[in-house]
This record gives sequence, C-alpha cells and structure tokens, in this order.
Amino acid sequence: MASPSNKLIRIRTGAAWSRCYYLILAAPAVAMCIGLVWGRYPVGLPDVLRALGHGVGLPVDGVVPGVMETVVLKVRLPRIMAAMLIGGGLAVSGAAFQGLFRNPLVSPYVLGVASGAGFGAALGIVIWNQTVMIQGCAFLAGITAVSAAWFISRFYKSSGNMIIVLAGVIVGAFFQSLLSLVKYMADPDDKLPVIVYWLMGSLSSITLEDLYTVLLPMAVSMIFLFLIRWRLNVLSFGDEEARTLGVEAGKLRIGVILAVTVITASAVSVSGIIGWVGLVVPHLARMIVGPDYMRLIPASMALGACYLVLIDGLARNVSAAEIPLGILTATVGAPFFAWLLTKGRTGWA
Amino acid sequence: MGIVLSVTDLSFSYEPGQPVWSGVSVDVRAGEALSILGPNGTGKSTLMRCMANLITPDAGKVIVDGTDIRKMGRRAIARAIAFVPQLHNPVFAFTALDVVVMGRTAHLQHFASPSPRDYSLALEAMDTFGISHLADKSYNNTSGGERQLILFARAVAQEARILLLDEPTSHLDFGNQARTLELVNGLAEQGLAVVMTTHFPDHALAYSKRTVLIAEGRMLGYGLTDHVVGSESLSRLYGLNVEIVSLQGGGRTCVVRKNGE
Repeated sequence: MASPSNKLIRIRTGAAWSRCYYLILAAPAVAMCIGLVWGRYPVGLPDVLRALGHGVGLPVDGVVPGVMETVVLKVRLPRIMAAMLIGGGLAVSGAAFQGLFRNPLVSPYVLGVASGAGFGAALGIVIWNQTVMIQGCAFLAGITAVSAAWFISRFYKSSGNMIIVLAGVIVGAFFQSLLSLVKYMADPDDKLPVIVYWLMGSLSSITLEDLYTVLLPMAVSMIFLFLIRWRLNVLSFGDEEARTLGVEAGKLRIGVILAVTVITASAVSVSGIIGWVGLVVPHLARMIVGPDYMRLIPASMALGACYLVLIDGLARNVSAAEIPLGILTATVGAPFFAWLLTKGRTGWA
Repeated sequence: MGIVLSVTDLSFSYEPGQPVWSGVSVDVRAGEALSILGPNGTGKSTLMRCMANLITPDAGKVIVDGTDIRKMGRRAIARAIAFVPQLHNPVFAFTALDVVVMGRTAHLQHFASPSPRDYSLALEAMDTFGISHLADKSYNNTSGGERQLILFARAVAQEARILLLDEPTSHLDFGNQARTLELVNGLAEQGLAVVMTTHFPDHALAYSKRTVLIAEGRMLGYGLTDHVVGSESLSRLYGLNVEIVSLQGGGRTCVVRKNGE
C-alpha cells in the first residue's frame, strides 16, 4: 500500500480541478487585455501593452499616440478595474453566503442590501442629485437594511439560518416598497429616469475617484474572506458541527455577514444593482474546482472579475448606446445558469 | 483510569420551568465507554450536547480535565472533545478527505489552512479504519457505513481525548453496527474516553463499562453496566417487560417478553 504522503500527492495531482485551477487564477489578466482592446476606438494589443507599461513607468520601446494612451489608461482601464473589483467582490460574496447559509440558491443580496441601497440612491437622487450624496445614501441604506435584518432575526428564539434569511426577505420587501414610494413621488420627466437607470446598474459613469473610494473597504473585506476560507468549509456543515470542530461559529458568521455587506454595499453604491453575478459565478467556480473553499474563494474572485469585464465589454460595444449592465448580467446569466444546471452533478459539486 | 470529564448535578430545560432532566451527575473515564440509555425524547442527545458545551445547562457544572467547560474557548474544547454527529448530508459535495481534514481545524490558527501534514494525518486516520480508498470520493455518495467510518476518522484526526458519539449505530445495518462498536471498543482500549447514546441496551451490555439510564426527567441509574442494566431497570426505562438473558460462554443480552408469556 502506498504511504499516506504518496497517496496524497496522487490524489491532488489526479483531481479534476488541478488542471483548471491555475488557469482560472490567470484568466483575469487575459480578460483585462480583452477588455482593453475591445472598444470603438481601435487599439491593438501591442499598443495596449505599451500604454500599460508606460503607465506604470516601465521603459517601453516605441511611442504610443497620445489619444490611444488616453483611451487605454484614462477611459478603459478605470472601468475595467472597477468591473474586476465589483465582479470579483460580488462573486466571492455569493460564494461565502452560499456556504454560510448552506444554500446554493442564495445570492449576496439575500439580506436586503440591494433593496436598501436602491432606496438610498433614489432618495439621494430626488433630494440632492449629486454623485457623492447618491453613493453615500446608497451605501448607508444598504448597511441599514442588512443591520435591520440582523436585529429582526435576534428577536426570534431560534437563531437559525432560516430566520435571518427570512428577515432579509422581510426587510428587502419593506425597502422595495419605500423605493416605489420615492419613484412614485419623483419628478417623472427629470428624476424618475435617473432612478430607473441607476437601478439597472452601469459602469459607464464610474471614475477613478469612485474606484479609490470603494477600493479599501472592498479589498479589506475580500482579504478577510480569503483568509477565513478554510473555516467557511467547516461552517457549511452548520453552526453546531462547526462549533464541535473548534470554530466560534457565531462570531465567524457575524464577520462573514459584515464583510459581504461592506463589499456589496460598496459595489452597489458606485455601480447600481448588478444582479446574477453573485449567484451564477460561484456555481460555475464550484463546478470547475469543487466545493472546497480553499480553491472556491480564489476561483470565484477570478471568474467574477472575468465575467463582469466581459459583460461590461458587451455593454459598451454591442450597440451604439450603452446597455445597462444589470440587463446583460441577467440576459446572459439566466440562460447560462440554466445550461450550467444541466451539467450539474449530485450535491452541487 | 482517570476521570477526564465530569458532570455534576446538571439540569437543562428548553422551556423555562420544564426541565428535560435534572440532577444528572456522571463521570467519564479515560479508557472506557459510557453508554447513555433512555426512551425517545428523554434528552440523551441533550445531555451529550451539554457535555460539549453546545447548549448551556440551567444548573450544574461540566468539568473537562479540571477546567469548567464554560471558561474554555471552542478551540480548547474541540482539542479535548470530538463530537461525532448523527449521519448527515452536507449541502456541498466535499470529498471524504476534505471532511476528515476538517477534524484538524481545532489545531489551526484562525486564518490558517490545513498543511500537508494535516492532510497526511487525515489520511493516516482513514487508513486505520481501512477507508483511505474513499479519500477522493464524494462524501455524499458514500454509504451509511462508510460515512460513519469517515466521521470516526475525522474524530481521530481531531486528536481529542474524549469522544462523544450521538447514536453511532442508528443508520447502520446489523453487521455494520457490530463492526462499528468493535471500533469504538478499540478506541476506548487505546485510552480514549468514549460516551455514546444508543437505543440498544445490548450495545451497552456488550461494549460499555458504565451506563447511565435517563427517563422521567432524571437519572434512573448510573454505574457499572453489569450493575445498572438489569431486567428490572430496563423494564422500567422502556415500560416493557424486558428480561436479561445470560448467554452460553459469557455475555448477556436483553429480550422483550410478550404479555402472558
């Protein structure tokens, strides 16, 4: 019989995921190049790379025309970085919540963050109509909604997963109706269209400043989820079993909810509501690398980043006018998800 | 052998004023098995969950190696006590090896992941139960008997001194029940303290040195199995006419007498 360590090596190298995992981790770089090349103003890959090299201060051969450099570095790059950050953030949030709530159908918006943020943004549009205020209101209202769901769930004697998900549904419905109220009262010629477009989600107006604002909270939260990824495995066996295995399940759950809320509220506040990424991408990742969160967290981040960069590429380029992202993530995501499920193995492999 | 876990005058209630049981005092010793016997719904698993500090009793104390369990963190408890739950179906299709390695969690720092050494220990634990061939199989696709062994391997990988088994035989066929109990016996002989809940008095008679009987909201008996488990006590425990029969060549078993026999 083989010794355990030999057997271990054989298991790891023989696993179906081992070939794909590292490819997935490298994929965002490829997606980024595609995103930088793909656009109305023609820029070839060599010029893109040259402009990038120039941008980070490398000594680069050849000269890139100023317009090209502006298009690559000032127009496309911030938007692509935002798409990667938001796509990766939403996907990793979905993956974490699916494990925490032990339910593969959970999205990162399940605790009401999107409804809350939608209401906050609408309020910001109606009252101030300034970007800073809209983003601030969206972020705060998103956090408020999740906090409300959390406190409502505390009122009930059973502190199970089901209660907090139900509380999220309750809070979500409440904020949806508040949003409807604001829409109903908004000026239909001037403010209402802005609200409607905001809710559909878009990266078209994102700026470098927006990116800097959300980068720190999102990055810290994503690093936290990355660091506790082994514990997410244990948590997906339920609170009680996790505790018998030595995990402070209650505290960890609060940490995960906090991290996901910061990520999603930040993302939504600058991009509007982009659905489906947080639901579909973790499934795709799980089918490729398996359910082990050690790989699932990095793979979800990488695939989420790729997915949103490519979807945003479509949004920019399919028609002369921009298509809101939220429309595309669902029109592409829903059929893709349906197809994905036909490939599904037992137990959400 | 030494007492590693002691329960003193414990009482617990889910609803205020309606204790599941009260006045339970039990010692768990290294190197032997303790069975918890009692009818459905009398709180056998509840007692076990108190022993692992998963629920907090209304009164009384649980002491693990001289320390009050309420003063111990989850990691410290998990290093002392491994809990083998009843068979379950995880939502996600982890491999058997993934499940066993989870037993190493209590030995990891908060942000750490299992090292190759942890995986090797997990595989060794699987080897001792003869299931290392299942390592890369999906846990959800294994049979009940295999699952039980995987969970045992996880408990061994946890390197705890106390093993709590919640109905370890409930989903197993006749042969696997006996094989599982032999393994439990082997773990006790290696020096582990084993506590198990069971619905089968025979399992207590054959495999556990001591037994505690729980019914009617209290402890009906506690002590050496040979003294505690008898025709009278079992008849009272289950409300049946139970008789203990001595077997040729040693050992005892219990049978139910029909009325009028």
